[in-house]
This record gives sequence, structure tokens and C-alpha cells, in this order.
Amino acid sequence: MAVLHSAPRITSNEGVKDALSAALQSMLVSAHEEHGEILFTVQRDSIEDALRLLRDSHDYQQLMEIAGVDYPGRAERFEVVYMLLSLTKNHRVMVKVATDEATPVPTVTTLWPNAGWLEREVFDMFGVLFAGNTDLRRILTDYGFEGHPFRKDFPLTGYTELRYSEEEKRVVYEPVELAQDLRQFDFMSPWEGADYVLPGDEKAATSPVDEPKTTESPAQTGAGAKTDAKAAEKVSAEGPAKKGSATTDPGAPEPTEDRKSRARRQGKTADTKSATETARTKAAKPKATSPKVAKPKAAKPKAAPPKTAQPKASKPKPAKPRAAKPQAAAPKPVKGDEA
Amino acid sequence: MSMQLEQSPTTGDEVITNYTINFGPQHPAAHGVLRMVMELDGEIIERIDPHIGLLHRGTEKLIEHKTYLQALPYFDRLDYCSPLCQEHSYVLAIEKLLNVEVPIRAQYLRVLFAELTRISNHMLNIGAHVMDVGAMTPNLWVFELREDCMNFFERASGARMHSAWFRPGGVHQDVPLKLLTDIGDWVDKRLPELFGDAMSLVIDNRIFKQRNVDIAIVSKEDAIRWGFSGPMIRAAGIPWDLRKSQPYDVYDRLDFEIPVGTNSDCYDRFMVRVEEVKQSARIIKQCLAEMPEGPIASDDRKVSPPKRGEMKQSMEALIHHFKLYTEGFHVPAGEVYVATESPKGEFGVYLVSDGSNKPYRCKIRPTAFSHLQAMDFMSKGHMLPDATAILGAIDVVFGECDR
Repeated sequence: MAVLHSAPRITSNEGVKDALSAALQSMLVSAHEEHGEILFTVQRDSIEDALRLLRDSHDYQQLMEIAGVDYPGRAERFEVVYMLLSLTKNHRVMVKVATDEATPVPTVTTLWPNAGWLEREVFDMFGVLFAGNTDLRRILTDYGFEGHPFRKDFPLTGYTELRYSEEEKRVVYEPVELAQDLRQFDFMSPWEGADYVLPGDEKAATSPVDEPKTTESPAQTGAGAKTDAKAAEKVSAEGPAKKGSATTDPGAPEPTEDRKSRARRQGKTADTKSATETARTKAAKPKATSPKVAKPKAAKPKAAPPKTAQPKASKPKPAKPRAAKPQAAAPKPVKGDEA
Repeated sequence: MSMQLEQSPTTGDEVITNYTINFGPQHPAAHGVLRMVMELDGEIIERIDPHIGLLHRGTEKLIEHKTYLQALPYFDRLDYCSPLCQEHSYVLAIEKLLNVEVPIRAQYLRVLFAELTRISNHMLNIGAHVMDVGAMTPNLWVFELREDCMNFFERASGARMHSAWFRPGGVHQDVPLKLLTDIGDWVDKRLPELFGDAMSLVIDNRIFKQRNVDIAIVSKEDAIRWGFSGPMIRAAGIPWDLRKSQPYDVYDRLDFEIPVGTNSDCYDRFMVRVEEVKQSARIIKQCLAEMPEGPIASDDRKVSPPKRGEMKQSMEALIHHFKLYTEGFHVPAGEVYVATESPKGEFGVYLVSDGSNKPYRCKIRPTAFSHLQAMDFMSKGHMLPDATAILGAIDVVFGECDR
């Protein structure tokens, strides 16, 4: 597979696996190469010899890290992984051993002094024992802590919480009490082998009642005899009304839409206008209601004569001098355009 | 403080008892919550037993209960002085399992911001180290620069510290052009000026040298045996830098140098960091000059979500978006160990996938673990006040050490 990623590029792995496998001989359990990483699984009892061989004969000078991993399903549930680095060959390999809670792994503090704390951490977090490590104390957890928190069966919240007690004037340990559960989302699809029961699924297996409930007659609603009697009453003897059989109702008003006898409303009549005017506009135009306008004439003598406006509006209209002039002029060009 | 009656090897005629004192857990020079049980002969350190874990939050366990994307912000909170460099290891680990290609602009952006993070981290460490041994002013000046870096992070991601800006397959959002030009101006003008001023007060300072030169000398062999990395191993004279020897993203296209120490003492560790800041500035300039236009995230829709605008138009994009932000992507089964050069050293992520949408196991390799473990042998025979200088030169942050 072509390497597309831009993760650190070390010296080529080519041939390294085979060469080191041959060197490790009987100490080796398995070797595999994946994702550009070379992994050797070795016999637990020979881990020290294997790492000494890699350090002294194959130039893996530095021990960068010891990691513990927990696989509860396996007989030997813990893996201890040693990350080795060669400064001269510019190469990395990982070496693994498997163990369980009771079986100790030989220490490598004899090879690298910094293995001391790394082994202490694996012991603290997983409870893996290291035979020969003279200082196998807990390192990261609290003084007096019990349990090994990175085991998969150790809950994320832990078992105890501590707080300062004002009564006792000291820090006290108490069982964990969460006001709200930790949010755990399970995204495993039910079609891909989720082995848990979704909330509500347990009801699907058994029918909740012996006889399914139906409501086909009013008596089955369970509303009581009175309601049943009421429901049994027929509204009318006949069936529902047929379409188009509507009779005219005597009290209804005549429809108004298509009365051709009456003249159409023109709008803007003198009386409707006064009805819609407010007191303020009335005050501004005191003679608005009067059919004949004297004032505009006086003010603007050259304004269009009321004659031009009057033939159009059948009813007396307050001729506004400004509107009247364009009215007189406008119709002509419009007509011409249309024609 | 408790007293122990014990024969001291340093005195012949009269018995002086060895002190056992507690350094921390709350001590300004402990750079966080570190408790060190120190056994002293007078003022000479006989033995140190660091007690760590006071900031243990079970990050690795929490990550096992989150999808790959939801677990990303936990990495900001490990070493909270160099958040983007931690994310870098994690996204590269996921990309290695997925074998997904990252667009070139995204790679440049990641490198640019990782180097900006390196400067920001070193500003804090240099300032704190200088202050631990008695100087006040340089710390205040370099914190100005750190503040500038924070502003750049904020403009890129919206958050000053916990950016959560890297994504498997690229970065979250593109940056505006003005931000890039501002970073360019900053690297050209403000950084060399202010940093140069601050360092001119420190580098040749007599007191600073007296407190650091020849303190905690570690031989090359010891540095390798104790699993040192980063500035700690470079100060020992070993030119080992993962950016150079195991390049990731576009580091192999960039031209920079690896500073190494000669004496492997606290002063060398300090000077390696000072020089690294200048090299980071060089990398940033090259990134700005070479960065092409283009997409900033993979176009593999099973890994990186579609653009918002596309989502409003296309049903398929909407489905992808929904699936990515609820269920998340599934990662092929397998295990990888990916380590990058964080400002403090090798920051590694050992990721075990079982093919589901959550990591089966995510072991984080903190840089401080190996360095702090060597505290005992580095401080033996030194004076009590040297412990703060040694600790300052280790550059330890407990969010990362304790996880």
C-alpha cells in the first residue's frame, strides 16, 4: 500500500523484520509488520534477554516507552509493549509480552534506568507485576489508592471521590455519587452485532396483555353506560344529506354579487369622502365638500377651468387645481399611444 | 519536615543529621504540582524522590471513552504550554492508521503553528528558568512575546491556549492572509528585537552563569540510557532531532539547523533552547514564503467534514457531516507509535485501534517522565538551590507528566 500519510518517516523497514526475527530465535513468539510498524511478541521470561540483544547487538539504544494494554477477553489479559529507538540506525521497533494479573514480567531496569518509572506506571495502572524492580510503588494515583484504573473493567468514574469535610476538618473519601450519568454514546449499529438490548426492546418478546384491546362498538370504549346510551342515539332517521339537494333558506339575504339592476359604485362620492375624512383633514380643507371650488380659481387664475374636469366626473368633484391640469392634458397622449 | 538520625559521611568528628525535606507540592519553582522528598546533608542533596501524579486526570482512560475527534482537545490540556505540538503527534498517529493524505498547505500550516508553539513554549521556559535563578526582567519581556503567540493562536483557532485546531487530515480552518503577514512582520521585527534584548541581559550575566554552568552534567551515555530527548539530549552533544531525522509533514523541505551543547549542563540546555527559538523563526519565515494556496483539509469525506456551504447544497455532504460529528470515523484495526519533536522532547502517542470509532487504547509518552526520573542522579551532590535550576532546565509541565 502506498504511503500517503505524512507521519514521521524512519529508515526503511525492509528486511528488518526477518533479520531481527532470526536474531531473536527461540525467544520470539510472533513477528508482524503493519501500518509501517514492526512488532515482535516474545516469550515473557526472555524479555530481558531479548531487549538486551536488541540494545547491544542491534543498536536499539533507547527505551522510549513501556505501555500496558488490557484485553480482558484473553487468557493472559495484559500486554506490555516496549518501544525501542535506535539513534544510529534511525529506526523504531516495538516488543511485546503478554501476562496476567498474577504472573510477573522480568524487569528491564537492569538495562535502562528509566524503565523504573515506566514499569511503575504499568503496575499502577494495570497491576502488572515486574519481578526484580526494587521500587515497584504506585506512581500516578493517590497515596493509598486501591485498584488499577486503566483496566477495562474499572469504571471511568472510579469508586471513591474525595472532598474537604468542614466538620471533620480534613479531606474525606466517599463513594462516588453522580448527579447525572456520564454521557456514553454507543454507535454500534444493531445490524453489526451489538449484543445489548435497546431500551424498550425487551417488551417486544412477550405480548403485554392476553387479549388485544379493540374498540369496535361504543360499549368497548369503557366510558360508561351513560355515554354508551348517548352514543347509541341516532341523529336522524335518514342517512346523510345528498349533494345538490340544498334548499334555499328563507331567512338568507340575497346574494349581492351579480345584481345588474343597480348602478356600480363609483367610489369617491361626496358623502363617502366626508365619511372617511378625519377631523384634521377637514380643518385643512374646509371647503372640500363643496362641489364648486372658488379658492383655487382665485389663487391660480390660469388653472384649468372646471369645465374640463366636470364632464368626466358625473358627480360634483372637488377639483384640485394641480390634479386638474395634468388630467386635461394627459388623456390625449395616452389615447394616441393606444391607437 | 522530619528529622532522621543518620551518620553523615561528610563529617568525621561530630554527627550531623541528614535532613529530609519536602519540596512542594506547592512551590513556585516546582513549575506545577511536584513533590520532591529530598534528603539533604547540610545543603548538599543526597537523594531526591520525586512524587508525581498530583495532576493525574486519567486522560488516557477518558480518551478510550471518546471518539477520535472528541479526544483531540485532551491533547491541548496535557502540556498546556505547547498545545499544538501535542495535537500534532495525535493527528499524525490517526493519519498513519488511516493512511490519509494531507494537503500541502495544511502541512505547512501545521508546521508553521507547531513552530510558533515551540517559540511560545520556550518563552515560558526560558523566562521561568531565568526567574528561578533570580532574574526578573527578562521573564517579563519574553512573556510579551508569548502573549503575541497567544494572539496568533487566537486569530487562527479562536482560542488562546487550547486551540484544538489540528484535525486528522489537515487543520480545522484556513487562516486569513493578514494573520500570515502579521506573523511575518512579528518574526522579522518584534521577535528578534525583544528576544535579543532579553537574552542580552541573561546570556553573559555572571550570576546566571554561576547558577547554571557545570550544574547537572549528564554524559552522552547517560543521556541515552535515561531515555532523554529534545533539548536535554541535544545539550549532551547528540544532534538528535525528530524534525530532522524522522521528518513529518513538510519538515524535510525546510532548511534549519540543530543546535547542540558541548558541556551538557543547565547552561547548555538553556542555550540550546535560545538557539532553537532562532531556528524556529527561520522555519516560520520559510513556511510563510513557500506556503501554497489550496485546500486545508483532506478531501476524503469519510475523515474530514465537508465545507459548511457545500453542506447546505448537497445531501451527501450533509450526511457525511452528520455521521462525522455523531458517530465519527472508524479507524482500521492496528497499532502505531508516532512520536514528534515537541518543544520539550519526544512526545509519543501509542494508539491501538480495534476498528471502531473510539481508540481502544491511547498511551501517551510524556517527555517529562524520563527527564524527571533522572532528577535524582542529576542533582546528587549539588546544592539545594541548584535543584530549581535543574528543574527549570528540564522544562517540566505537570499536565503532561501526570496526564
